[in-house]
Amino acid sequence: MKVVLQNVTKVFPSRNKKSKETVLAVDDFTFTVPDGKLVGLLGPSGCGKSTTLYMISGLQKVSGGKIFFDDDDVTDLAAEKRGVGLVFQNYALYPHLTVRQNILFPLQNLKGADKLTKDEMLDRAVKAARLVQIDELMDRKPSELSGGQQQRVAIARALVKMPRVLLLDEPLSNLDARLRLQTREEIRRIQRETGITTVFVTHDQEEAMSISDLIVVMKKGVIQQIGKPQDVYDDPVNLFVAKFLGTPPINVFDGKVENGRLFIGEDAVLDVPGVENREVFVGVRPEGFVYDPAGALSCSLTGIEVMGRDISIVSEKDGKVVRSIVNSDVTVDPSAKDVRYSLKPNKVFIFNKATEERICF
Amino acid sequence: MVDNKQQWKAWLYLSPAIILLLVFTVWPIINTVRMAFLDGYKGLEAAGGATFNFGVQNFVKVVSYNRFLSCLGNTALLCVLTVPISTLLALLIAVCLNSIKALQKPLQTIFFLPYVTNTIAIGMVFAAMFNIVGSFIGTENELISNAGIINNIITFFGGSNVNWINAGSSYTANIVVMVVYIVWNALPFKILILLGGLQSVNKQYYEAAKVDGTSRSRTFWRITVPLLSPMIAYVVITGFIGGFKEYSSIVGIFGSTMGPPNLDRRLNTMVGFIYDSLSSNNQGRASAAALILFGIILVVTLLNLYVSKKRVHY
Repeated sequence: MKVVLQNVTKVFPSRNKKSKETVLAVDDFTFTVPDGKLVGLLGPSGCGKSTTLYMISGLQKVSGGKIFFDDDDVTDLAAEKRGVGLVFQNYALYPHLTVRQNILFPLQNLKGADKLTKDEMLDRAVKAARLVQIDELMDRKPSELSGGQQQRVAIARALVKMPRVLLLDEPLSNLDARLRLQTREEIRRIQRETGITTVFVTHDQEEAMSISDLIVVMKKGVIQQIGKPQDVYDDPVNLFVAKFLGTPPINVFDGKVENGRLFIGEDAVLDVPGVENREVFVGVRPEGFVYDPAGALSCSLTGIEVMGRDISIVSEKDGKVVRSIVNSDVTVDPSAKDVRYSLKPNKVFIFNKATEERICF
Repeated sequence: MVDNKQQWKAWLYLSPAIILLLVFTVWPIINTVRMAFLDGYKGLEAAGGATFNFGVQNFVKVVSYNRFLSCLGNTALLCVLTVPISTLLALLIAVCLNSIKALQKPLQTIFFLPYVTNTIAIGMVFAAMFNIVGSFIGTENELISNAGIINNIITFFGGSNVNWINAGSSYTANIVVMVVYIVWNALPFKILILLGGLQSVNKQYYEAAKVDGTSRSRTFWRITVPLLSPMIAYVVITGFIGGFKEYSSIVGIFGSTMGPPNLDRRLNTMVGFIYDSLSSNNQGRASAAALILFGIILVVTLLNLYVSKKRVHY
C-alpha cells in the first residue's frame, strides 16, 4: 500500500477573527510513501508535519491537492472509511476500559460483512497484543501501565484492525530516554513484521534517522529534502537541513571563498575548486575535525568533554562555539591555549549566504 | 506545625468562623437530636419551665401521623421521577451544547437563567402557564381550569383541556406539573456540571474513536458517558439530596397550602411536614421528622455511592 500525496496544501484560518490573514501550515506537499516502508516526517515544531499526518488520517481535510492510497483517491473520504491506524502522541487510550477492551474497541465497530464473532475478535486482539508484547497486561487499566506499555497498547489498538496505513504522531516523545531507545527499535521490529506502510512524525532527528527508511525534512510547511537518512545527513541541500540533522549539531562559520580556496577567518582550510569568489556559510560536522597540530584551522580551546567512546573538544573561533568530536585515544593538552584542526572535505559543506542553499564543490 | 506559643493566633483568626459554625450549625444539630428524643417537646412550654421525659414518643407520633406517609410518598415519587429525567435531559442538552460552535455561549447563558431566578417567582409563572396563579387560591370557586398557555397549546393540537392544578384536578395532573417544573428548575446546574465535564474530556478520545469508525451512539454510550460518570454520579447524588428537600417549588405553584384548593396538603413533602410541625409549635415532632429525613437521605446517598462505585470509572 503506497500513500501518494499530490500538491497537498493546508490553510488554517487566522485565530484573530479581525485579520483575514491565514496560516499556511502545509504548502504544496508532494511525496510518495513507498509500499511497506517506514517514513519519518521530521521538522521543528510548527512545521506542518503533524498536520500532514492528520490529513493522511482524514481527521483534517486538505485545503488543496489530493491523497491516494495506492490508486484509491481518499481525499474526500472520511477518516473512519480510510482504514488507517493512528497512534496519538499521548496515546488517547480509553481510561475506563481495560487493555483488552481498548484493543477490542476498533473491532467491535466493524459492521456488515466485516463483522467478526467474539472469538475472532479475541483472537485478533491477543495476536496484536502478542506482537507488541503486552499479552500479559490484558486486564489492566491504562492508568496501571507505564508510559512504554501504554504506547504499546496504543500501537496494538491501531494494528488490530489491520490498517492499510499506520500513522504515529510523535510516538516516543512521552517516554524517558532509555525507554525511547528501546521503543523505537520495537516500532521498527513491529513495522518490519507487519509490513504495514508507516508514517511517523517526530521533531527528534535522531529518532527519525535511526528507524526510518526515508525521512522527509520539513520547514514551515515546505518539504526541504527527502531521502534515506544517511544520504540526507551526508548531502544536505541547504543550511536548515544541515543544522537540523546530527547531534551535536553542525558547526557553522562565516567564511569566504577566494581563488578556489575556502577561508574561515584568516585560515585557508580547504581547496574548493570551481567555486567563484564569495561570502559563504561554512558548515563542518563535529566528526569532520581532525585534531592536527599542523592543521589549518586554529581555534582557542575552552574545554574538553569526555564521553567515553570519544571526546568532545569545545573551542571558540571568532566568538562562535566550535564543538568537535575526536577519537578518545587522541590526547589533547587541556591547558593549551589553542587547538588546531585539519578538516575532512566530505564533512564540510558550504552554503550561499543569501539563499542558504548548498554550493557543491 | 505552628509554634505552640503562636497557636493562640491561629485560634484567634479561626474564631469568627468557628463561633458562627458552633452557634448556627453545630448547636442546632445537637439541639435537634435533643428535642427529637424529648417526648412531646414544645418550645414555648420549655421556655415556661416545663420538663419533658426522654423517649421516642416523637418518632412514634411522626410515623403514625396519617399525613406523614403521604408526605413521604410525595417526596419519594418526585425524587424518583425528576432525578433520572433531569439527568438524562441535562446530559442530552450538554452534549448538544458542547457539539455546536455558534451561539454556544448565549445558549449556555439562557440555559443557566433558571438557576439565578427565584424559585417562587418561577413557580408562579408555571402556575399561570398551567392554569391559574397559586395565589388565586381563595377564589377557588371560579374554575379557570381551561386557562394557561399549556392548555392553549394542547387545544391548538386538537387535545382537550386538562385541569392541571385547580380545584378538582387529579393527583396525576398535579404530579406532572411538579415534575415538569422541578426538572426545568434542576436542569441548569446539571447542564453546567456536565458541560464542564465534557469540555475537560480530551478531544483525542473522540478522534481516536472516529479513526476507528465508531458510530455516534456507541461513542456516546461507550466513551462520553463513562468519561462523564464522575460528574453524572455527582449530579445524581446531589439531585436526590435536593429532591428529598423539595418544598419551595410546591409552594411556588400551589401556594403555602401545598395542594389544589379544597385539597390542602395533598402535595405536602417531608420538609413541608417539618415546617407544619414547627408552625404548630411541635418542635419535638419536627425534630424527629428532620432526623428521619436525614436518615433517609443518608441511606439513599450511601446507596448511590455504592452503585456509583461499581459504575463510575476511575
